[in-house]
Amino acid sequence: MINPAIIQTVKLSKTYKGQGGKELLALDNIDFTIQENELVALVGRSGSGKSTLLRMIAGLISPSRGEVFYRGQAVHAPQKGVSMVFQSFALLPWLTVLQNVELGLEAQHVKKHERRLRALAAIDMIGLDGFESAYPKELSGGMRQRVGIARALVVNPDLLLMDEPFSALDVLTAESVRNDLMALWNKGRIQTKAILLVTHNIAEAALMADRIVIVSPNPGHFRAILHANIPRPRSLHDPRVQKLIDDVYTLMTTSEVAVSPHEPEKAEEKLTLFYRIPEAGVNELTGLLDALANPELSGQCDLPKLADYLSFDIGELFPLTEGLKILHFALVSQGDIELSLAGKAFIQADILSRKQIFRRQLITHIPLAAHIYQLLSETDGHRLSEGIILGHLKEHLAEDEAESVLTVLIDWARYAELFAYDYDAGVLSLENP
Amino acid sequence: MTKALYHSSAVLGKPLTVWDLAALLLVLTALFALGWGATEMATPYSLGDPIHITLSPLELPAYAIRTITRMLIAMVCSLLFTFVFATWAAKSREAERIIIPFIDIMQSVPVLGVLSIIVVGCIKLFPGSLLGPELAAIIAIFTAQVWNMALSFYQSLKTVPNELHELGDMLHLSPMQRFWRVEVPFAFPSLIWNIMISMSASWFFVVASEAISVNNQNISLPGIGSYIALAIDEANVLACVYAILAMLFVILIYDQLLFRPMISWSARFRAEEDDTESQSWFLNILQRARIIRKLAAVTRRFFLNLIPLFSRFSMPALSINQKFSAKYSHTAIMLWRTFYYGFLAYWAIYAARYVMESLNYAEVAHVLWLASITFIKVLILILLCSVIWVPIGVKIGLSPRARKWAQPACQFLAAFPANLFFPLFVIAILKFHLSVNVFTSPLMILGTQWYILFNVIAGARQIPHELLLACDNFGVTSWLRWKKFLLPAIFPYYVTGALTAAGGCWNASIIADIVQWGDVKLTAVGLGGYIAEYTATGDFPRIALGIGVMCLFVNLLTHFVWAPLYKMAGTRFKLDDVND
Repeated sequence: MINPAIIQTVKLSKTYKGQGGKELLALDNIDFTIQENELVALVGRSGSGKSTLLRMIAGLISPSRGEVFYRGQAVHAPQKGVSMVFQSFALLPWLTVLQNVELGLEAQHVKKHERRLRALAAIDMIGLDGFESAYPKELSGGMRQRVGIARALVVNPDLLLMDEPFSALDVLTAESVRNDLMALWNKGRIQTKAILLVTHNIAEAALMADRIVIVSPNPGHFRAILHANIPRPRSLHDPRVQKLIDDVYTLMTTSEVAVSPHEPEKAEEKLTLFYRIPEAGVNELTGLLDALANPELSGQCDLPKLADYLSFDIGELFPLTEGLKILHFALVSQGDIELSLAGKAFIQADILSRKQIFRRQLITHIPLAAHIYQLLSETDGHRLSEGIILGHLKEHLAEDEAESVLTVLIDWARYAELFAYDYDAGVLSLENP
Repeated sequence: MTKALYHSSAVLGKPLTVWDLAALLLVLTALFALGWGATEMATPYSLGDPIHITLSPLELPAYAIRTITRMLIAMVCSLLFTFVFATWAAKSREAERIIIPFIDIMQSVPVLGVLSIIVVGCIKLFPGSLLGPELAAIIAIFTAQVWNMALSFYQSLKTVPNELHELGDMLHLSPMQRFWRVEVPFAFPSLIWNIMISMSASWFFVVASEAISVNNQNISLPGIGSYIALAIDEANVLACVYAILAMLFVILIYDQLLFRPMISWSARFRAEEDDTESQSWFLNILQRARIIRKLAAVTRRFFLNLIPLFSRFSMPALSINQKFSAKYSHTAIMLWRTFYYGFLAYWAIYAARYVMESLNYAEVAHVLWLASITFIKVLILILLCSVIWVPIGVKIGLSPRARKWAQPACQFLAAFPANLFFPLFVIAILKFHLSVNVFTSPLMILGTQWYILFNVIAGARQIPHELLLACDNFGVTSWLRWKKFLLPAIFPYYVTGALTAAGGCWNASIIADIVQWGDVKLTAVGLGGYIAEYTATGDFPRIALGIGVMCLFVNLLTHFVWAPLYKMAGTRFKLDDVND
């Protein structure tokens, strides 16, 4: 057989129970395969379900419907031959570097002598020699993640799963760890047959992956799959890599219902009352508006360029661009962002008028804000417990999402002086202190 | 080249160093003393036999060893209980529903009040041997130690980060490996801290539980507690001083040989570098001595080899958190719950009926009245101590030089059994003709006030330096500084300290309400005195009533006063949310 599948998922779905027993769909009908000698990157904004997919493939959580197959075997628990690198490293602070790396071998009852030899080899390979007897707390973030990688590689995994492995590192460190790992992969110095990477960094995905899978939320599904037939080692200056990055941004910001990607989108779809408002604080939103007004950008910009300019990954950038978009301060499409009339007016205004503009946009374009405002106007005393609003939200959103939506909305409403919030009592009101 | 590093402990052929000899000597002495203490426990005895205690200071070292032995046995039992039940509660939802409320209730039961019941049971269990009373004393110490250890361990297990669980799954760790390599080390720092608190708290009980009277029979187990009881009985001031000195010495040894090394060693289990890392000379000796290192390596290997052996046995309760309860059907869980609550209700009714058969409502009203008095006393004492210790604690906490010696000193003072000082108060009250009701009250808080102090110190030391500078900058001084800055900043820590101190007060009232010196007996009005009085005569319905009311009061206070304060402390007065 040529290129046998390492992982195959069949109609994979994951649902969560919302309040009132309603089922919330996190991932919908995923059919996906990972072939041998492939490095696949999953990209998508937060909440798109890519981490859930990774964990289902790992056998850490079980799917609600559908099945995962690892080399033809149904996966119901973590498989030998699949190992994982964690975002926050997940090192045991009471074990030395060497002991941390040995732990997985110990669990497999590998004899002590062989265990030590293999662990030392893995440590040498990833550039940690000299640090064997150090405790993780003595190491910098980059060195800690090298331990995480050595621990994953020492069991000679068939498939390596990486959950945002470089996102907790600074840019330079991330690059150096990534380059070292890619060198091992490119030269075939590790026995691993495939790597599945979850990332927020599109440039990272473009530099590493053979395939980039774009996961879109509500519910999580595959938006598109891009093949990257670019020889390695790759460089960000390579026009082919740049093109790939552009394509990913374009796909991620283009509505799926648009008939043709070259035609401007029709009237924006109206938000629902329970729209998952992104985690975008007022300060960051106004900061981004000001940045866009910068003469260099003159009100419009390529998203990859903007991400580069701010050194943001999409985990940081997309909530903000989405926030501007739903407030109609900017038009976001085709991988570009452009200030709207309201956006331009906002930038020109002074502090007090800015609040008025923000308030107008909030009431007009965010149904939940308008709804709460109306409820408050109608109730006696103009007060409302946050529990009531949260209860409604939780029927349609997962618990942490509902809380995040309300927190963001309160932040926006306080800035716009639309309504007030009493933290101690948990009460929304029209009072003005 | 790197390999040589890991086999350094194999060079055992070299001659012994001074460190080896010192370490060996210390360890062997300790083992011998404990062994002797343990064998002395099983001597023949039947209720009514006089146990000979002398006031000769030469006997004191032997008594001290017996007291320590009891304490350590109880600690081992506490650890076993913690590992079994706290783990069970953390792993199974059904077990959690029973174990955690049980521990919560048990925490509020006054140990000294139930002692007499325990003694009677234990003597029946081991007729004709001193093991019975010994066991009772050990159980009393155990109940003073175990609950906070179990709760802390349970809480730690519940807060193991999800990624570590996932790591365990991905590495295919067996349940035993997961427990010993991931979960126990994760819980270790807070467990060590709680072991220390427990040990400190239990000195008080070990002294109180050695000499007790049940059914008008005096039982005094050889130990420092009995020694001081006899000294009080004979109004022998010198003997009291000897006992206090002996105790000081014992606690000092304990602190230096056990706690300092443990705390210093446990720093390695913390995820981040800690600036409070304390040094321990004893740990340094142990770590430098090659023979001890070798010994440690051998024991470690022995235990690690045990792990795969154990992991052959399946441990369903230990494997995966939620899957356990999912195995049972809904109806089975409902049935079990009905049974459980039914049992509780039955037991409560049975106990109430038992009490009411021999007592009337007037008695109940009287006990409630006594409880209210004790409540007021506790309240006033906590307020007084707060007024005294909060400003001092803040001053110490803000000064790096002062807190260097103050924190270990407080821990030491908290460990010192305050009951040894009771005679001094009695002598003072008699001499100056002071009011008994007023001046015996401080005895209740004598031992637990230190919790307020050292928690306040801990709170003050974590106030960010920049906040202090900001307040200086804006001229926030005097009362405004306390009201708006210092007091709120230490509030979460203060609540913890005050809660511990208040809980201890209720318990201590049982021995603080009635104090003796020679033939003089001073009795203060309060619930503690009531329980103590009927414990001595073995009037079980009244003991049960007294203890029940005390539990009730402590629980009501916990739920309606401390829990809300705790919640407020955790949300509004947390410093790290804003200043990170």
